[in-house]
Amino acid sequence: MARDIKELKNIAKRMRCHIIQMIGRAGSGHPGGSLSSVELLTALYFSELRINPKKPNWPERDRFVLSKGHAAPALYAALAMRGFFPVQELLTLRQLGSRLQGHPERDVKIGIEVSTGSLGHGFSQAVGIALAGKIDKKKYKVYVLLGDGECDEGIVWEAAMFASKYKLDNLIAIVDRNHFQLSGSTKSVMPLSPLAKKWGSFDWKVFEINGHNLNQILSTLEKAKKVKGKPVVIIANTVKGKGVSFMENTYEWHGKAPKGELLEKALEELGCK
Amino acid sequence: MQVEPESMRVAYGTTLAELGANHKDIVVLDADLSCSTQTQRFGDKFPNRFFNVGIAEQNMADVSAGLSIAGKIVFMSSFAVFLSRAYEQIRNAIAIQNLNVKIVATHGGISVGPDGGSHQMLEDFNLMRGLPNMKVFVPADARETAALTKALVNINGPCYMRVSRMSVLPIYSKKFKFDPFKADVLKRGKDVSLFASGLMVKEAMEAADMLKKEGINAEVINVHCLKPIDSKTLLNSARKTGAVVTSEEHSIYGGLGSATAEILAEHYPVPMIRIGVKDKFGQSGKPEELFKFYGLTAKDIYKAAKKVLKRKEGKK
Ligand SMILES: Cc1ncc(C[n+]2csc(CCOP(=O)(O)OP(=O)(O)O)c2C)c(N)n1
Repeated sequence: MARDIKELKNIAKRMRCHIIQMIGRAGSGHPGGSLSSVELLTALYFSELRINPKKPNWPERDRFVLSKGHAAPALYAALAMRGFFPVQELLTLRQLGSRLQGHPERDVKIGIEVSTGSLGHGFSQAVGIALAGKIDKKKYKVYVLLGDGECDEGIVWEAAMFASKYKLDNLIAIVDRNHFQLSGSTKSVMPLSPLAKKWGSFDWKVFEINGHNLNQILSTLEKAKKVKGKPVVIIANTVKGKGVSFMENTYEWHGKAPKGELLEKALEELGCK
Repeated sequence: MQVEPESMRVAYGTTLAELGANHKDIVVLDADLSCSTQTQRFGDKFPNRFFNVGIAEQNMADVSAGLSIAGKIVFMSSFAVFLSRAYEQIRNAIAIQNLNVKIVATHGGISVGPDGGSHQMLEDFNLMRGLPNMKVFVPADARETAALTKALVNINGPCYMRVSRMSVLPIYSKKFKFDPFKADVLKRGKDVSLFASGLMVKEAMEAADMLKKEGINAEVINVHCLKPIDSKTLLNSARKTGAVVTSEEHSIYGGLGSATAEILAEHYPVPMIRIGVKDKFGQSGKPEELFKFYGLTAKDIYKAAKKVLKRKEGKK
């Protein structure tokens, strides 16, 4: 369902509004890393993924795994806007009994493929789903979104070795490279550079892009799908908190909900009013 | 006088920062959660003895083991749930070598609230109690957290302490007598024993008040040390009352309820009921809602006490 860039930009804009409204209503959640991944999710859900909200169980569907599960608000907004469930349900985020738990819980009916929230797990599980696709000779692709801080976890590199050993060219990983994690910059907490070289040395095909540029995301995904014989990682350079001035490039808004005036200010800056 | 809720995490971090001044051998490790676990307070004061390992709990556990082998007193912290990821490291490096590593887990139990089931650790006492050499603690309020943090420094060998995310009203006054290995009888009674740990101590006290209105005298014991458990105090109470209710913010498997059942079954069987999460994972919600949903309130303890008393009478 390729759409033109103007339309995708508009979707991204509305997705940011949903994210802030949901987190604002819930009174808790993770705005920074949700906002940084908006264009990536927009490109995936509104152009790239072969999925059908009317047939969420379709066995041939592409799979998306949100390994950085704390960005759940972004995933939920994408799924609702794509038609997996009513947009009004977004406001039940983090409430008792809601399908929209603080961190994603597997519920294929509404498009949530894997439970995540503890970092590192989603990536390895995506590798397993991709491996099953190979065993069963399926055409589906597996897309997985990781945080850069998440790459601190040893399991990420265990899974990376495994995926290249088994030549999982049906697996496309995207790293949301926003340069911040929970308690500081990635540079101060755990330097990852040279990140592209690290992935490359694990025998992955590496692309590096601007993760807010929809044209670049789409064209890179096209190229990624054509790679044969090895898994692909796209290092998407992004801005944590993108779109809300006071949330940008800081870890302060990693896991905090805006309230009162700041909530209003955020919605205003995003043009949600 | 208005009493305000106090944060167990802040009590932990502040006490740790105080301890750092006199104990030059203390080093503190954290895995990208130091603002939440409050170990940052130590880090701000002693940046040369504070290490953020990144999001890498397994590495944190074995680096802690190495530091301890080289003579350091190590505190390592993260959320309880993420520390369970390093369970094998805790077993095969820290516990098996009886190393001086203090594992302080914050965000235990359902009181974590809206983050949901993936973040609500309900199995940690089970895991940790199973390890030889490991000592397991769970304070009931911020003041006891401070006391326990101090005590940990002087206890040799591996320790696990779980504190809550949520701030809680104090159970203890500013000054109180404290022995880390002794269960604390908060209220004497002769009819039924209420053994509780962590945030459930407050609920047990409230349940005792409810029972009191009906002329039932409940004994309330804060079991802040789950291992080695103070079986003497618990058995004395069970012998006196002949009926026991345990309450904990944990699975009914492997925590205080299990430990109590083990002791009673071997030494002095009496009717007992376990209050805890019944073989379920947590979910998003406000802490108060979740305590209600999972049957972890004063009212649930009160009802269990009435039930267990009936059984006791039936037995007579
Ligand atoms: C195993 C594990 N340890 C710790 C956490 C707590 N935590 C949640 S988000 C986060 C930081 C993640 O940083 P990054 O992956 O860069 O995410 P982003 O900046 O994109 O939000 C941490 C430490 C966790 N969820 N899982």
